[in-house]
Amino acid sequence: MANPPTTKNEAIATKASAQPITVMSVLAPAVGWLIPGAGHLIQKRWIRGLLLMGSIVIMFVIGLMLEGHVYQPNGGDILDMLGFVGDVGAGGLYILSQAMNWGHGAISHATADYGTKYLIVAGLLNFISVADAYHIAIGKKP
Amino acid sequence: MTLTLSHFSAALLFSVFASIVFGITQRNNTRDQIRYGLYCFAMFVGGVIVAGWVMWMLRR
Repeated sequence: MANPPTTKNEAIATKASAQPITVMSVLAPAVGWLIPGAGHLIQKRWIRGLLLMGSIVIMFVIGLMLEGHVYQPNGGDILDMLGFVGDVGAGGLYILSQAMNWGHGAISHATADYGTKYLIVAGLLNFISVADAYHIAIGKKP
Repeated sequence: MTLTLSHFSAALLFSVFASIVFGITQRNNTRDQIRYGLYCFAMFVGGVIVAGWVMWMLRR
């Protein structure tokens, strides 16, 4: 027989109270989003942080060098909005590309679409990295 | 400054970086992270080769 609802709610409440909100659990994801890999670095996960930073930053830079398209917040089209969600995951890199007006040139060769995909995936990978930094901060992951 | 990559080299670079991030984030200890990263890389590259052959057969 299933547990009564009160017991289940108590179990959830106990689990939630076992993971209090700490400064690091807020700071690590925020810093990790702004600077890829930094969420791990501030928790002294040096190698993981540097590998994540290197992978995500290099992917984003290659995307720009392949003349990929950086999506705008007000794209209008649903696919443009999804592209924006992916791009914005790169945090500071996206802000920098917008400030420097990168990724808005005319596409001049066939593999430039790879550049667009590199930019989106760099952002999406940074979202995963941010979630990982949060899990480390709350003690769910070593 | 622009960069021109072939389709295969672009897919290969993509696989390397994505596998590193997957390996680090999806497993807990170093050994498992390396193993999972290599597994992801093999799956990516294997998928590229299989997809390439499938497209070649469709074109014929």
